[in-house]
Amino acid sequence: MLEIKNLHASINGKEILKGVNLTIQAGEIHAIMGPNGAGKSTLAWVLSGNPAVEVTHGEINFNGKNLLEMSPEDRSREGIFLSFQYPVEIPGVSMVNFMRTAVNEQRKYKNLEPLSAADFLRLMREKKELVEMDNKLTSRSVNEGFSGGEKKRNEIFQMAMLEPKLAILDETDSGLDIDALRIVANGVNKLKRPDNAALVITHYQRLLDYIIPDFVHVFYDGRIVKTGDKNLALELEEKGYDWIKKEVETPIEQ
Amino acid sequence: MSEDIINQVTQGEYKYGFTTNIDTEVIPMGLNEEIVRLISAKKNEPEWLLDFRIKSYRHWLTMKMPTWAHLEIPPIDFQNISYYAAPRKKSPKSLEEVDPEVLKTFDKLGIPLEEQKALSGMAVDAVMDSISVKTTFKENLAELGIIFCSFSEAVQHHPDLVQKYLGSVVPYTDNFFATLNSAVFSDGSFVYIPKGVRCPMELSTYFRINASNTGQFERTLIVADEDSYVSYLEGCTAPMRDENQLHAAIVEIIALKNAEVKYSTVQNWYPGDKEGKGGIYNFVTKRGICKGENSKISWTQVETGSAITWKYPSCILQGDNSSAEFYSVAVTNHFQQADTGTKMIHLGKNTRSHILSKGISAGFGQNSYRGLVRVSKNADNARNFSQCDSLLLGDKCGAHTFPYMDVNNDTAIVEHEATTSKISEEQIFYCNQRGISTEDAVGLIVNGYAREVINKLPMEFAVEAQKLLQITLEGSVG
Repeated sequence: MLEIKNLHASINGKEILKGVNLTIQAGEIHAIMGPNGAGKSTLAWVLSGNPAVEVTHGEINFNGKNLLEMSPEDRSREGIFLSFQYPVEIPGVSMVNFMRTAVNEQRKYKNLEPLSAADFLRLMREKKELVEMDNKLTSRSVNEGFSGGEKKRNEIFQMAMLEPKLAILDETDSGLDIDALRIVANGVNKLKRPDNAALVITHYQRLLDYIIPDFVHVFYDGRIVKTGDKNLALELEEKGYDWIKKEVETPIEQ
Repeated sequence: MSEDIINQVTQGEYKYGFTTNIDTEVIPMGLNEEIVRLISAKKNEPEWLLDFRIKSYRHWLTMKMPTWAHLEIPPIDFQNISYYAAPRKKSPKSLEEVDPEVLKTFDKLGIPLEEQKALSGMAVDAVMDSISVKTTFKENLAELGIIFCSFSEAVQHHPDLVQKYLGSVVPYTDNFFATLNSAVFSDGSFVYIPKGVRCPMELSTYFRINASNTGQFERTLIVADEDSYVSYLEGCTAPMRDENQLHAAIVEIIALKNAEVKYSTVQNWYPGDKEGKGGIYNFVTKRGICKGENSKISWTQVETGSAITWKYPSCILQGDNSSAEFYSVAVTNHFQQADTGTKMIHLGKNTRSHILSKGISAGFGQNSYRGLVRVSKNADNARNFSQCDSLLLGDKCGAHTFPYMDVNNDTAIVEHEATTSKISEEQIFYCNQRGISTEDAVGLIVNGYAREVINKLPMEFAVEAQKLLQITLEGSVG
């Protein structure tokens, strides 16, 4: 589904990603862990096409297409979804209007008719239940005045609405209490299908108690330095990131 | 990167910029007493109206163009303008007599003059250059005693009403442009709603400047007698021309006891090109008076056009318990400048006014809100609430707010709130990430921002205004 080859990228001229290689198949959940500043979020931005990041080298192939040549909106329409670490407030734009525009743009791309108002509202109701989203939230402006947890839940709600092929969750667990964490994780698990995949970026192991990854990658200094199964996350939790640092840096010094 | 986005900006094309090839009668350029007499003679006006014009012209000669507005106005050569232009064919009796080219023009603009098409229930007065081309539904309205006709016609058929109210809200000495208009005004619409009548359809005037090097000076007079109601719409477009054209109109509204007048404008005069060349200079004086008790006037405007807009639809709240509203969305893109707002003059007791102004600036546009709330000594318990919001797209545009308050009564409550916000790249990217293109995202955000005002417009107009906002700002992001 997704193949990243030797990806280098920089922000404001500073190289952040220094040769990332990653392959994700349909039906898989991958977790990326790593210390602050390792470049985890930058990878999420590159995949979603954030213009703040400049790709200097490498290839990304998504379902047979060159992802780097696509606009951010086309990447979304092709099925890439980013759950933002810091969701943006858009005052004056109601969630209903925002979601209806988004859903219908995705449908237009697939040559489908726009959803009727009734069908759209039905879909909304169904997905709201899935992520246990409060009715009040969807009648407000996008993220405006939402608490941190509500914003994150809103991201998962949007993911449920858009049914992406590849969902990238950028520290969706940060700032969540344990109940919200459970709800968000449940949402992700319920949306899991054999034909889609998820890339879960997280700082802590605790989210991975709820979302069980098939692969865990450790990110350090702009690269994936270690890959394992879910036990790697536990090991990391136990030994801390210093363990990785040592392991990575020692051979270089020799 | 943000420059890239801004540079893609402002690709919206003005789609009303065509000219119509019709036989037009234009009087010689320049302004003097002879010209004023010539205009009056062409319109076969009574003596008192000629006197009004001459009086105005002589007063105008003593005046200077105002410079207080936050606008950069290039010098205007008032001798280099023709003050009267008319499609050659005169006062058509029926649609068959209207020049087919003129009909086509209004068709292109989406203004149905054929009454079958207008079954949606909107009476239209179409004004091309200086002359009212056709008023629809006149007969149906006449059955209710409603007068809706061109201003020239009103002068001929209802001179007493015109004489009684002309200049009663905007006196001929009011300001430079109003005085100029009083001297040379050509045509416009006249509305009279008799006592106790609720006008069953939206009345609408459509103004179109066509001829080059002409000014358009229309005059609208709306009188709502006791216990009556009317909703009035005004739309305007002009062809794309390299030179600037002058538009200086006057609108006067009189609401008597218990009467209510809703006046809505979607102003889309040609704004000039991306380099700021051409476009309409729009200097308009609009004022209403809530003359009787419990009367109500509301102004709703969506201003997307004109190179320069200088416009303050205002209300004098004279009757006790009267109320006034001003809802405005003003957009400036490219090199457009707008200095617009309102004046609320509270004279009567328990009078209430509400101001909601939403400015949107993009490109190099400059957008100013200028408002005055005055509470006079005897206006006990006056209330005003003003809210002025500005939205910036890009970092080369400007938003300015100039609220004035003059409160002379201790029982008054006057409130003012203001906000400034910007469409950020983060917001745009967030929308993009959900599959919404940048242009649609801007449209979504801008329409969300302007929604409160647009909701005040009659349905058909609201849809048009929404589209217009989107087109005007196509590509403008920061």
